[in-house]
Amino acid sequence: MAFLNALPGAVEQGLIWGLMAIGVYISYKVLDIADLTVDGSFATGGCVCAVMIISGVPAWISVILAFIAGAASGVITGLLHTALGIPSILAGILTQLMLYSINLAVIMDGERGKTLIYGTHKTLISGRVNLPSQIESIIIMTAVIAAVIIILWLFFYTEVGLTLKSTGDNPDMSRAQGINVSLNKVIGLAVSNGIVALAGAFYAQYNSQADITYGSGAIVTGLAAIFIGLSVSLKIKPNFVVSLIGVVGGGIIYYLIFTFVVSVLGLPTDYLKLLTAAIVILFLSTPYLKGRYFTRQKPIPLNAEPTGGDADA
Amino acid sequence: MLKVKNLQKTFNPGTINAKTALCGLSLTLNEGDFVTVIGGNGAGKSTLLNAIAGVWKPDYGTVEIDGIDVTKMPEHKRAKFLGRVFQDPMKGTAPDMEIAENLCIAARRGTHRHLRWGFRANERKQYRELLATLELGLENRLSSKVGLLSGGQRQAVTLLMATLRKPKLLLLDEHTAALDPKTASKVLSLTDKLVRENNLTTLMITHNMHDAIAYGNRLIMMHEGRILIDVSGEEKKNLTIPDLLQLFEKASGSEFTNDKVILSK
Repeated sequence: MAFLNALPGAVEQGLIWGLMAIGVYISYKVLDIADLTVDGSFATGGCVCAVMIISGVPAWISVILAFIAGAASGVITGLLHTALGIPSILAGILTQLMLYSINLAVIMDGERGKTLIYGTHKTLISGRVNLPSQIESIIIMTAVIAAVIIILWLFFYTEVGLTLKSTGDNPDMSRAQGINVSLNKVIGLAVSNGIVALAGAFYAQYNSQADITYGSGAIVTGLAAIFIGLSVSLKIKPNFVVSLIGVVGGGIIYYLIFTFVVSVLGLPTDYLKLLTAAIVILFLSTPYLKGRYFTRQKPIPLNAEPTGGDADA
Repeated sequence: MLKVKNLQKTFNPGTINAKTALCGLSLTLNEGDFVTVIGGNGAGKSTLLNAIAGVWKPDYGTVEIDGIDVTKMPEHKRAKFLGRVFQDPMKGTAPDMEIAENLCIAARRGTHRHLRWGFRANERKQYRELLATLELGLENRLSSKVGLLSGGQRQAVTLLMATLRKPKLLLLDEHTAALDPKTASKVLSLTDKLVRENNLTTLMITHNMHDAIAYGNRLIMMHEGRILIDVSGEEKKNLTIPDLLQLFEKASGSEFTNDKVILSK
């Protein structure tokens, strides 16, 4: 029963993390960069959005401003990496560290490290535990995610979008085809972190507060959602839109698993991050272990007809 | 078409691993020249091609393509003049993207890319016809991921991509070396066909003396960062492998020591 009661809230949170996972998907899967900026930009999105709402800015404008703040942090990481030659993983860590100070400055309350959004402020979604408002929040989140996926889908099939895909897929080929790989990485990281910050903005509204610690481990949560989602969606149809929908689904499944483990199995919430890391370790190590210990149990008979694959050129 | 003047490049200068790859190399290609480049390991063949393509800046010297000094131009901007095929079949195409998407990217090399739909109407149909000319059965697999193709098929697609927009200069860096002999000869004859049909100025590195003599209208042999032998016209047509080895010994004062080159036929 506790699980059923927690279900709408779990879906709501799952959608928020799913939105964030779309952002991580762009850096990790499309650009092939493990971008640790995410842990900072998720919190930045929340902080910017909360402070704006509190100072009377309409919620939807606050959310857009959060996106812009996140995109800016992605640009910083991109420039550290491409213009200053810092390895991408370190560039992300450095930006994340810088964002910690910036987030403190944004919420103007270094002592508590958080800022509250009161009930008198109008927000787009809320974390109130009553069914009508939960359903309303779920509908709004779904609409936002649908809009993000449609925009990304259109973008990645434009001339510029195709070059963004090839930049991550094969930088040598991209340069040989006249593509500015450095510029594309900056653009991609901006879009990625913008979406992550957007998710952070909704997370702050859901919790009625922004906390500078919200982003910690966000990248791992995002990866967990991606792995769970793609393990299903790649089996259905391996294309861009299905992958993105799968990633959002992965975020929801991730949160349902978590809710189940907490409410039914009674795991203290403190262990959430341990559980998240375990999921990611499981998905990252499975292909490796499979290849190492579980390949080809039976020899192929010598006179067997060759199957599958294409004849050589 | 191409003017390379006094090109010098040393890798890891000032260290124990310092290696002078190009020592004051100069080379001029005329429009429509199909030049084969041959030489031992470390002769500087790939270094020369990379210098022309702008993978890094030379220590000294200039590169001019079609009258434009490109020495300081970054790689992705130079690409508008160049078609390139690499030795590694994996390097010239994006494996996770469709064949059509790869071609679509190549068709816009050197143009300004806009936020408009990636494919024009009819574009896929054109690609289908082009792929059919390869005779590899790729015309019905426009939406297949390039990563699913064999090495030879990928080199053929890369060749198509390099010539889709007519380049001022086609750079082929041992593009058949990683393929099995049968596939290699198929890709090579496709290369010859594309070069002739489009009258492309071409610089082709090969490790195969036979191919170096059989293809193109001019042959250069490199040794220790310099051009040792440069034959063209009738002289090139009548060249044989023993002639070439003899020329090499006379010019360099040493014996040619690259089993791979001598033994391949």
